[in-house]
Amino acid sequence: MPNFDPATLDYILLAPQFIVTGLIFVCLALDLMVFGRGHRFIGWVAILGLGIGIGAQASLWGVRSSFAGVLRVDDYSNLFNIIFMAAGMGVVFLSFDYAERFFTQPGEFYAFLVAGVLGMGLMSQAQELLTAYIALELLGFSSYVLVSYAKTNLKSNEAGLKYIVLGSFSSAILLYGVSLLFGAVGSTMFTDIRAALGTSVATSAVAQIALVMITAGLAFKVAAVPFHMYSPDVYEGAPTPITAYLSVASKAAGFALTMRFVVMALWPVRGPVSDVIAFLAVLTMTLGNVVALRQTNIKRLMAYSSIAQAGYALIGVAAFFAAGDIAEQASRGVILQLIGYLFTTLAAFGGIIAFQVVADGRENISDLAGLSRRSPFAAFAIMSALFSLAGMPIFSGFMTKLFLFAPIARADLLWLVAIAVLNSTISLYYYLQVIRVMYSESPAGVTALNASTVAAIKAASIHHEEPVLVGASVAHGSGHAADSHGTSHGSHGAEPHGDVSPSSAGPWWRRRLTDGMEPELRFPIDPISIELGIGITLALAGMFALGLYPAPFVNLAYDASMALFAK
Amino acid sequence: MGYLSTMTLAPFIAALIIMLIPSERPGITRAVALVASVISFVLSLVVFAGYNWHQAGFQFREAYQWLPDYGITISLGVDGISAPLIILNAVVLLTGTVVSFKIADRPKEFYALFLVSVAGVFGVFASLDLFILFLAYDIAGLPMYPLIVIWGSTRKNYAALKLTLMHVAGSLFIWVGMIAIYVQAGAKSFDLEYLASQAHSLLTPGFQTIFFPVIFIGFGFLAAMWPLHTWSPDGHGAAPTAVSMVAAGVLMKLGAYGCIRVGVWLLPEGAMVWSPVFVTLGTIGAVYGGVMAIAQRDFKFVIAHSSVSHMGYVIVGISTMSLVGLNGAVLQMVSHGLMTALFFAMIGAMYDQAHTREVGIFGGLARNMPWYTGFFATACLASLGLPGLSGFIPELLIFLGAFQTYPIVGILCVATVALAATYMLRLVARAFFGPLSPRWASLHDLLPNEWFVGAFLVLSLIIVGVYPTPFLDMINASAAPVIERVGGVR
Repeated sequence: MPNFDPATLDYILLAPQFIVTGLIFVCLALDLMVFGRGHRFIGWVAILGLGIGIGAQASLWGVRSSFAGVLRVDDYSNLFNIIFMAAGMGVVFLSFDYAERFFTQPGEFYAFLVAGVLGMGLMSQAQELLTAYIALELLGFSSYVLVSYAKTNLKSNEAGLKYIVLGSFSSAILLYGVSLLFGAVGSTMFTDIRAALGTSVATSAVAQIALVMITAGLAFKVAAVPFHMYSPDVYEGAPTPITAYLSVASKAAGFALTMRFVVMALWPVRGPVSDVIAFLAVLTMTLGNVVALRQTNIKRLMAYSSIAQAGYALIGVAAFFAAGDIAEQASRGVILQLIGYLFTTLAAFGGIIAFQVVADGRENISDLAGLSRRSPFAAFAIMSALFSLAGMPIFSGFMTKLFLFAPIARADLLWLVAIAVLNSTISLYYYLQVIRVMYSESPAGVTALNASTVAAIKAASIHHEEPVLVGASVAHGSGHAADSHGTSHGSHGAEPHGDVSPSSAGPWWRRRLTDGMEPELRFPIDPISIELGIGITLALAGMFALGLYPAPFVNLAYDASMALFAK
Repeated sequence: MGYLSTMTLAPFIAALIIMLIPSERPGITRAVALVASVISFVLSLVVFAGYNWHQAGFQFREAYQWLPDYGITISLGVDGISAPLIILNAVVLLTGTVVSFKIADRPKEFYALFLVSVAGVFGVFASLDLFILFLAYDIAGLPMYPLIVIWGSTRKNYAALKLTLMHVAGSLFIWVGMIAIYVQAGAKSFDLEYLASQAHSLLTPGFQTIFFPVIFIGFGFLAAMWPLHTWSPDGHGAAPTAVSMVAAGVLMKLGAYGCIRVGVWLLPEGAMVWSPVFVTLGTIGAVYGGVMAIAQRDFKFVIAHSSVSHMGYVIVGISTMSLVGLNGAVLQMVSHGLMTALFFAMIGAMYDQAHTREVGIFGGLARNMPWYTGFFATACLASLGLPGLSGFIPELLIFLGAFQTYPIVGILCVATVALAATYMLRLVARAFFGPLSPRWASLHDLLPNEWFVGAFLVLSLIIVGVYPTPFLDMINASAAPVIERVGGVR
């Protein structure tokens, strides 16, 4: 161990982490002071605090320093910290409405979220196994609470229990691996492990068993097949913003630690490690996509899709065995894939949350029917995100494919590229099913407003300030389905107002213009809160920015990956 | 901003503007779409007229930094192969915009998606960077799914899914082939001219032999090359009018253009090796499409299968590796794009009134729909290759090319023309002549906007048919270097 003299440490390097730590306590303290809708205020404080944290972290850009050999502050950890804080901000934006609607005590929720962000940030900085383990547990424990946060929801409780049991199990395996490795190497520092693995220690049984166990523990964190079993159940049961949080941030943190560990500690044995990871990657993306084909629950579908996306990122890690700048380019690809996935998932879950808040927490894909008519913005966000996940252009998914495939092909793994593209073709099939339901089908249980009904409402609203049909927007699934041609129940009462269709007059060509055309169906538009709107808009903006002009993101990722590989 | 970038971005920017227009004002939406398509059309005319074929090569060059780390530049330019196709796309954009004025359900979303797709097509034809070309290629195909699912008819969900999945399956091959070419050429640049310069050095003959079919099959999906054509009848049948016009009129040409620009141009030695295989597939497509068209009972399916047949000619023309054949293939793309756009515009006008597209139940329509009959019959005559209309010259050139290198293929292709005459003339005779059934007595002739579209396209067919010289000079100037690289028949 290096000499650990508190007086000589440069504490300013950890300023962002101190800010985030302080924010946890501010959120907790505020929870004691505000009531009811006041939780929104705590949410905004969390967003503000994380924003300050991002600023502080960005001001450390270019620094390359080791904090007593235990934590490493460089552009790699800087970028990942910024990613995690941005993810935390995004999830807070998505949580306002959901928390108000489904949680009994929304206040503490934000404190746990921020605690998770701190844990993830430390995971990306750790260069010592016990520190990494503690950071991982900080993230784990806050996640266990968050998953089961909807106290009155049985599924949420079940998910929380599963997550705790399986999470502690994987932690135990990881910790056992760490202790074995300590036995073989005599140190938990990444650099010492690297030095030892360069010698005959690498072939000893103890070291090999230890590496297998540590790999399994990390694979659990990124939900790689065959360590993914918990994730569909947990993702389905967890409150929806937390599902987004787990699939984006928690997974990215797993990758941050994995890449750091492979590059700094496992470098001498990277050949076999890459082979194992390539194998896991193929399993992960294929199984995730194939099982997703059969899902009927949107959150479960997103869980399997998230497994598949982790598989794409893993193929980047599989190219680490290659020489020089190929490995650097591969890590850049993984980072960009994670950034793209962050924006995309936040946009998708933002749309899903906007739907769930109005629709009483429904989560079957068939419940999304006609979403494009009721919530055009939410439907657009989900559609864009799903196209992006399938790797379609304009969106980030297309560009991240290039960033991952170029280094892999350079490392002579063209077959992995083929499997990955084949997988994204499979995934398009189930994404298109969701898009079809949203755009092609009519909303169930909501009455369409046709031309005469609109006229009736206008006439009625001269007398009443509140149009009658606005109330219909919350009456989802209340029995009668609107028929697809707009001649719906609402129109019966409106007959006395006369037929507003102009087909009875005018020259023949004007009659032909309207005759037989499907009338435009209008539905009451579901409300969407400002916070949720901001969250979705930011996520969409990021997605389009990365898809249309990726150069700035590439430059950031370039600095980060250079720092990762720096001596 | 140069001509090409303005031409490409105008529809894209119009789509963004349309997204911001409130949906209660469809009139403004239509106006914005029309203005954008007129701008693109005028600029495409400027590019076409300004292209100096004596000088040949790429002209109207523009370049913008985009992603230097991976060697990707937004590099634009046209040559004699892409300039006629740009005109074609602009015509389809303009006519598709005008013919869609009738759309009453969510016109705002319709126009936004439609314009994005067409902007993507411009991007493919104008791009000189392999990655940007492929990006634009996928942008062009992406909006097809919502366009068909929301505004389509008969079996629209199935058709849209099939079209999109097959488009993306093609992209799968292109991804692999594109990344392989990029890495093989030193992983420095996606610039097409740089890659082409490596065709006889870094891109070794062995490499080209392996990856030429990958590229050709990838683009072949969208070019409706047999047996990858199955998306086309269903997709064209289900799509709304303007989308059928784009899908059949331009999207299929994207595939064929990719086969030439990326396949034959970048991998000439592979092209020479695989020429017999793809000539065979093209011939099968031409014959198969013709036979299937005879058996169809739905107007759109007849035209869709005849498109498969005509695109079979294009594949034959490209794969004969002769200058005459390649010239014919490019001109056939233009001609076929114009005539299918006319077909689908007319069929859409009929479907709006009659709500059916079954061939057998119509009769004697010429009596109360004279303009309609005239336009439709012109398209049919162009399709069966009547001299004086656009279909004649390109088919003749393709057959000449085929006779030069594969005489048997030439004979089969000529025989296919007889098939085309059968189904086209039968279509016209059944639907428009004979006694007028009372059921259809109430049908009216074309609306003013449909009349404009019909007249515009008929005029284009006649211009290309009567005076193809400017097209041929231009195509020949740029096709000759391609054939020279391959070492084909001049």
